[in-house]
Amino acid sequence: MSLVRFDEAGLTFGNGVTALDGVSLSVEAGEFVTVVGPSGCGKSTLLRVVAGLEKVTGGSCRVGTNQLGYVFQDATLLPWRSVAENVALPSELAGQPRTQRAEQTQRAINLVGLDGFEDALPGQLSGGMSMRASLARALTLNPELFLFDEPFGALDEITRQRLNDELSNLFLAQGFGALFITHSVSEAVYLSSRVLVMSGRPGTIRASFDVPFGYPRDPDLRFDAAFGELVGEISHALRLGHR
Amino acid sequence: MRLSRRGAVFWPPAAVGAALLALWYLAATYYDKVLALSYIVPYPHLVGQALLIEPASREQIFTGLGRSAVVTFTGLAISIVLGTGWAVLMAQARWVERSLFPYAVVLQCVPILALVPLISLLFGYGFASRVIVTVMIAVFPMVANTLFGLQAVPRAQRELFALHGASRRDRLLKLQFPAALPSIFVGLRTSAGLAVIGAIVGDQFFQRGNPGIGVLILIYASRLSGPELYASIVTAAAFGVAVFVFFGQLTKLAVGRWYDSR
Repeated sequence: MSLVRFDEAGLTFGNGVTALDGVSLSVEAGEFVTVVGPSGCGKSTLLRVVAGLEKVTGGSCRVGTNQLGYVFQDATLLPWRSVAENVALPSELAGQPRTQRAEQTQRAINLVGLDGFEDALPGQLSGGMSMRASLARALTLNPELFLFDEPFGALDEITRQRLNDELSNLFLAQGFGALFITHSVSEAVYLSSRVLVMSGRPGTIRASFDVPFGYPRDPDLRFDAAFGELVGEISHALRLGHR
Repeated sequence: MRLSRRGAVFWPPAAVGAALLALWYLAATYYDKVLALSYIVPYPHLVGQALLIEPASREQIFTGLGRSAVVTFTGLAISIVLGTGWAVLMAQARWVERSLFPYAVVLQCVPILALVPLISLLFGYGFASRVIVTVMIAVFPMVANTLFGLQAVPRAQRELFALHGASRRDRLLKLQFPAALPSIFVGLRTSAGLAVIGAIVGDQFFQRGNPGIGVLILIYASRLSGPELYASIVTAAAFGVAVFVFFGQLTKLAVGRWYDSR
């Protein structure tokens, strides 16, 4: 069974705004699927439906797992909790015993390279480190499906690329399925096994591109001619859909 | 010469204080030597004497202060519990808020003076009535600020909790309450200041029973005993400042680690 499957899904809000219309897509286990599209095209709504924060009003959305990880647009850390306490939150809310919680928390913190910062408060972290903490928090419950809502949009390019490299490695090591939202085409191609192009008003999927590069991905792939070509093709499709 | 940081904090207000004291001496001299009404503006050192040295007035004032302090803190404690509970209740659902908030406003807007005769008929002229007046004056900032804090949790944080299926209790205790702490403390500081005023005003409204600092002020004024009058006013003011500073420090201790409160 797919991790997520949208079938002709539509969503019209109570105020009459149609956010999604006839959306069909699926994410299989071990797949990294990215949706690119302009701001306000309904990309985030897509994720919110998967996470259960919104409900489709037409068609269907079936989620094949209850182990979800969600990474918000900004880090969304609780400022009164230390990094470790923030990372521990999901397992705390799930009511897991303290010892198991501590172990999972430390493992997740190590995975994102934040060891040594367990006791820091979010206010003391840089943007990149905050995102790492946010990533670690989503990792604690061993998600089978990871949802990313433009997580690196607010970071500088250098930090963003480094976090992309690390996320790619995490994906390879942890084997989760991912549904990633971004408006950076090169980020989409670098991370994904498949890229979907979305256009807005109402939001619908315009095109789908398979990314032919294998994992692990070499950071220098970004300078590869084939990579550039694919980025160009997708950007073109994006522009067509946006007319 | 450059002042050190501590010096910069200490010296300017100290200089202003000294200037005010000098002005006071000047005014006192004028009232004493020119108008021969020394009890209206007594010399500062006589006030100090009445407050710190003269056993009779000293004991009266500090006993009165003690009684007013008990009223203040009792009223404040009730305001905190009542105000927080009220706000938590209202934060649970829109319809609860719509049903209950107007009464907080009514309580805030009703002229206390108009209720004094009724309160004394219902609860007498003693401690209970003074505390009731204090609570009526002090409770609103607790209600309003706590409610604001509980409702001002950023959407993404609320969704984070919804995503993980947090219970209502977890959401309240692990998200809304800590997030509201800074504004709860703003309310607390305001309420504390108002509770001091409420205790003194309540004292003056009801008058009978053991005199607090408010009644002492009335008594000294009617007796034209200037130094004692000034000493009791200074004491009441100092008490208000002490309460304010105390809750300011408490705020820093409680949320200063992660919240810049200034």
